[in-house]
Amino acid sequence: MLKLEVRPQASKVMSVMSPVLALAITVVIGTVLFMLLGKDPVRGLYVFFVEPLKSVYALTELAMKATPLILIALGLAVCFRSNVWNIGAEGQFVVGAIAAAGVAMTADKDTGRWIVGAVLVAGVLGGMLWAGIVAFLRDRFNANEILVSLMLVYVADQVLGYMVYGPWKDPAGFNFPQTITFLKSTNVPKLFPGFRVNIGLIIALCAVGAFWVLLFRTYAGFQLQVGGLAPAAARYAGFSSRKALWTALLLSGGMAGLAGALEVAGPLGQLTPYVPAGYGFAAIIVAYVGRLHPVGIIFSAILMSMFYIGGELAQSRLGLPKSLTGVFQGLLLFTLLACDTLIHYRIRWQAARPAPKPLVAGSIGGSPITGKGA
Amino acid sequence: MDSFALLLAATLNSGTVLAFAALGLLINERAGIVNLGAEGMMLVAAVAGYATAVHTGSDWMAFAGGAAAGALLAAAFGVLVIWLNTNQYATGLALSLFGTGFSAFVGIRYTQEKLTERPSFQIPFLSDIPFIGPAFFRQHPMVYIAIALTIALAWFLYRSRAGLVLRAIGESPESAHALGYPVRRIRLIAVMVGGALCGVSGAYISVVYTPLWVEGMVAGKGWIALALTTFATWRPARVLLGAYLFGGVTMLQFHLQGEGVQIPSQFLTMMPYLATIVVLVLISRNATFIRVNMPASIGKPFFPGS
Amino acid sequence: MNSGSEHSLRLELVNISKQYPAVKANDSVNLRVKPGEIHAVLGENGAGKSTMMKMIYGAVRPDEGEIRWNGQAVQIASPAQARTLGISMVYQHFSLFDTLTAAENVWLGLDKSLTLAEVTQRITQVAREYGLDVEPLRPVHTLSVGERQRVEIVRALMTKPKCLILDEPTSVLTPQAVETLFVTLRKLASEGTSILYISHKLDEIRALCHNCTVLRGGKVTGEVDPTKETNASLSRLMIGAEPPQLQHIQARLGGVVLEARGLTLPKEDHFGMSLSDIRFEVRAGEILGIAGVSGNGQQELMAALSGEDTRAPKGSIQLFGKDIASHSPRRRRKEGLHFVPEERLGRGAVPTLSLAQNTLLTRTEHVSATGWIDVGAVQLMAANLISRFNVRAGGTGAAAKSLSGGNLQKFIVGREIAANPKLLIVSQPTWGVDVGAAAQIRGELLALRDQGCALLVVSEELDELFEICDRLVVIAQGKVSPSIPTSQATVPQIGEWMSGLWNAPANLQETEHAQA
Repeated sequence: MLKLEVRPQASKVMSVMSPVLALAITVVIGTVLFMLLGKDPVRGLYVFFVEPLKSVYALTELAMKATPLILIALGLAVCFRSNVWNIGAEGQFVVGAIAAAGVAMTADKDTGRWIVGAVLVAGVLGGMLWAGIVAFLRDRFNANEILVSLMLVYVADQVLGYMVYGPWKDPAGFNFPQTITFLKSTNVPKLFPGFRVNIGLIIALCAVGAFWVLLFRTYAGFQLQVGGLAPAAARYAGFSSRKALWTALLLSGGMAGLAGALEVAGPLGQLTPYVPAGYGFAAIIVAYVGRLHPVGIIFSAILMSMFYIGGELAQSRLGLPKSLTGVFQGLLLFTLLACDTLIHYRIRWQAARPAPKPLVAGSIGGSPITGKGA
Repeated sequence: MDSFALLLAATLNSGTVLAFAALGLLINERAGIVNLGAEGMMLVAAVAGYATAVHTGSDWMAFAGGAAAGALLAAAFGVLVIWLNTNQYATGLALSLFGTGFSAFVGIRYTQEKLTERPSFQIPFLSDIPFIGPAFFRQHPMVYIAIALTIALAWFLYRSRAGLVLRAIGESPESAHALGYPVRRIRLIAVMVGGALCGVSGAYISVVYTPLWVEGMVAGKGWIALALTTFATWRPARVLLGAYLFGGVTMLQFHLQGEGVQIPSQFLTMMPYLATIVVLVLISRNATFIRVNMPASIGKPFFPGS
Repeated sequence: MNSGSEHSLRLELVNISKQYPAVKANDSVNLRVKPGEIHAVLGENGAGKSTMMKMIYGAVRPDEGEIRWNGQAVQIASPAQARTLGISMVYQHFSLFDTLTAAENVWLGLDKSLTLAEVTQRITQVAREYGLDVEPLRPVHTLSVGERQRVEIVRALMTKPKCLILDEPTSVLTPQAVETLFVTLRKLASEGTSILYISHKLDEIRALCHNCTVLRGGKVTGEVDPTKETNASLSRLMIGAEPPQLQHIQARLGGVVLEARGLTLPKEDHFGMSLSDIRFEVRAGEILGIAGVSGNGQQELMAALSGEDTRAPKGSIQLFGKDIASHSPRRRRKEGLHFVPEERLGRGAVPTLSLAQNTLLTRTEHVSATGWIDVGAVQLMAANLISRFNVRAGGTGAAAKSLSGGNLQKFIVGREIAANPKLLIVSQPTWGVDVGAAAQIRGELLALRDQGCALLVVSEELDELFEICDRLVVIAQGKVSPSIPTSQATVPQIGEWMSGLWNAPANLQETEHAQA
C-alpha cells in the first residue's frame, strides 16, 4: 500500500513540478468531461490551449485578461504568505472600479491626460479603503478576515448596483443600469494601435519586479513571511503582527482596486453591474498555482487567462457552457493542493504487513517475524 | 398582526436553511476541521436536489440527493485535508470555487425547468390557533426536523461517549491518537456528516425555500453559516437561535421592501451581510472567550507521528 | 538475576530493529523484564528509548525481531491491543484533554464497558489505594503539572496493567514529589506489576530500579544491576565516556546588569500563570539560574524579559538602570539583551527557512537602514556560525527542521552568543539535546560568562543548574525565591523551595546585605 513519508527538506523540484502535474490531471479530467458531453475532446483542448495563442491579436487579448489577474494575485500572494486570508479581493476590485469611475466622470472635454493617473490612484485608494475595513475589524475586534472580507464582497456588489441603477445612471442610457461612457481622455492609454492591450500590462510587469524585491530582498518582506510561517518566531523576533496585517491588506486591496480601475477605464469604458467578473476569486487560484511567487504568478495568470478565453471560445464554437471555465479553474486548484503534498512528502510503496497473529499457547521461541520495511 | 405572524413563519423557514448548514459545520469543526467549502457544497447540493426533484417528483429524494452530493464533495475535501494534510483553508476555498463553477455548469439545463406545485403543510388543529397557528404550525416538516436535530446533536455532544470522543479529538488529536482512537477515520466521518447536512440545506433552498434553480442562488448563506458556528461558540442550541436571528434579518428586508419603505432596495439586500459582520465583531471582541470555547485543534494539521 | 528460563519473563524484546528514513532508531535491541521488576531503560536523548517504548505500546511496528509476552510471540498492532495485553503507558508529554474533567479523561482512556459514574467512583478508590491525590470532577486545565501526572497514572492503573511504562516521569516533579512517586511504584512492583522506567537521570535509576538496560545510538550497550553501579560506570555505558567535566573558574563580578523589581503581571492566557512581585538581579560575569518545575510561571517570566510580552509595569524590568519593561524584542536586542527560547522549531527558528534566513530573526547587521538585505553577507555570517559552533548541517541553505535537536540548539545559542550580548537569557538550554552538544553549549555559556557577560538560565534540570550557575533562585506559583549561592544550596532545600516553601523575608534582607 502507499505510504507518505516526510522529506527532511522541501523538494525544490516538486515545487515547480507540482503545478505542471496538477495541470496535467486537470486536462485529463477535462478530456473525460468533454467526452461525457459528447464533444470531441481534441477540439475541446485545442480551443482552450491553442486558440488563445494563435495570433498576435489573440496574444494581446491573453495579456489583457492576465493583467488584472497578475495585479490582484501579487497582492494576494503577500497576504497568503503572511497568513492573512483576504478572500474579498473581488469586493476591493469593485470598490476600486467605483472610485475610478467617480473620478473619470468628473472629466469634461477640456481635461488633460493627467486624469488617467488620477483615475488609477482613485482605484488604488478605493481598494485600500475596502480592505482597510477588514484590517481594522481584525486589528481592533479580532474579527475573522475571511468572513468579513467575503461579506464585504456582497456589500460591494450591492453598492455597485445602487450606483448604476440610481445616482450614476446615464440619463441618456435608455434606462439601462450603466453610467455614461467615459470620455476618451480618461481611457487608459493603449500600447499598440489596433490592439486593445494597454499600459496596464506594463504596470503589471513592473509590479512583478517590485513584489519580487519586496518579498525576497527586503526585511519587511522577510518579516511578513516569518509572520505567516511561524507566528511564535515572529513574536520572538519582535516583528509586529499588526503591521503585517495592515501592510498585507492595504497592499492587496490597493492592487485589487488598481485592477478594477484599469478594467473600468480601459476595456469597459463605463461602470455596469457586470464589472465584477470573478477576477478577485480567480486571482486566488492564480496566486496558489503560481506558488505565491511573483514570477510563477505570471505563468499561472497566463494559464488562467487561457481558461477564460477558452471558455468563451468553447461557448461560441462548440456550444459548451461558459461556466466550464469555472469548473476547470476550481479543479486546477483542487488538484494543485493535492499534488503539493509531494513537495513535503515522498510516496513509498510498502509491502502489506502480515495480519497480527493470535496468541498461540506454548510456542517456545516462535519464529521471528520479519516484516521488512521501507 | 397577521403579517407579523407571516414574518415569524418566514423567519423559521429561512432560519432552517442556515440551521442545517451551520449544524453540519459545527460537527466537523468540533472534530477540528474547518470546511470553507460550505458555499460550494450547498450550491452543488442545491442543483443536485433540484435535479432529483425534477426527475423523481419527490422532495424527500431531493433532500437525499442533496445530502449525497454534499457528503461526496466533503469526502474529497476530507481525504485531502486529513490524509494529505493540505491547508484546510485553501482546500476549502478550492472546494467553494469549484462548487460555484460546477453547479453553474450542471445547472444550465435546469434553469428553465419548473417543479410541480409545492405542497403546503399544516399540523391539524394546532395550525388553526390564531396567530400561533400561522406563525409556527404551517411549516415544512424539515423545520421541525431541524429543531429535533439540534436537540439530538446537543445530547450527542454532551451526554454520549461518542460525542466526548469527538470533542476530545477536536481539542487534541495527538492525545486521542495516543489513546488509540482512529482519529483520521472519525474526522472523515465528521466531515462527511457535516457535508451531508450542508447538502440538505442546499437542497432545501432550491426545492422548498425558493423552488427554482438559478446560478449562485445560495447567495452567501454558506459563508454566513460558517460565521454562525463561531458566533454560537460551537453549541447546537445557540446555532439554532442564531440561525433564526439571521433568518429574521433576511426576512425583515423583504418585509420592509414590501411595506414600501423608502430605502433603496440594494441597502436592504445588504442587511444580512452587514449583520453577519456586526455579529462577528461583537462575538470576536473577547478573544479569550473564543479561545476557551473553540476546539483547540481547528485548522491545524495532524500528523500521527511515528 | 538474569538467569532463569524464558518462561519467567513477562516482557521480552528479541533482536528488535526499527529503521527511519534518516536513522536506525533501534538496532537489534534486546530487553528482558521479569514480573514485579522495576526495569530502567537508560540512554541520552536520541538513543532510541522512545522508539522502543512506542513499539511495546503498539504505536509503531518493528521492522525486524520479535516481541514476547509471557513467553509467547505477539504482534502489538495498536495501543488498544497493548492495553488488552495489559501494557499501559504514562507519557512524558501527557495525553490529557484540558477542557474535560479528570474523570472524563480517564474514561476516554479505558475501553468502553463502564459508565462515567462508575469510572468516577473507581478513580477515588484507586487513587486512595496508591496514595495518589486526585479530584475526578475538576477540569484538567485547572490542575498543576504534578496533579496531571497523577491523573495519567490513575488512568493507567485502572486498566490493571501487568506492565506499566513511565516515560521520563520525574522531569515535572519536585524532589519531594519524586519520592512519593517512588513509593507508589514500589508498591505496584511488590504486587507483581512490571515497571519500565525510562530516564536519563542516573541517581534516580540507582535509587529505584532493580535492573537497567542501557541504550546508546540505537544499540544496547549493557544490561546491569544499577544498585551495583556508580554514576561514572553508568555514564560510560550511556555515552561511552565519563561525563565531561566543565572548567569552572571563580566569578569576577561586575555591576548589576538586569534588575527585576515589583514585576507583577496578570496572566494573559486563560491557562497561564500570573507573576507576582518578582525581584532578582543579575550582575556582569555571573550566571543566575532559575530552577522550578514547569508550569510555575517560567514561560510568562521569559516572555516579559524577552519583550514578547510588554505589559510589565513601568520600572519593573531594568537593564543597566534603564527601564525596558515596555520595549520590544528588537529594541532590547539593540540594548544588549539576547534571548534563547525553549522551543527551537517554531519560535527560535522557522522550520522551513534556511539557516541563513534564520539568522535574520535576531541579527540585523546586514540589513540596511532602508530595509535592503545583503544576501551574500548573511550567508557568510551563517557559515561562520556553523563552523564556529560546530553545527552539523547540510550547509547554510539547509532547512532548520533538517537539523538534529542538538545541532539546531547549538546554532541558535551560537547565533545569540555571536551577537556579543551584555545579557543573555537562555530557557532550557539543553532540553532534548544529546550529551555531546549539551556539554558544548554549557561550555559556551560558561565562556561567555567568563568574558563578563551576565547570564540568566532557566532550566528544569537541577543538575545542569548546579553545574553552571553561580547563584540560584526558584520560581514557584509565579513568585521567585530569594537567591542563594550555588555552593551553599542543596537539592533537598531547592526541592522544598520548588513547592514555594522558601524562608520568610528576614533571610531575604540578610542575603541582600551580603550582596550590596
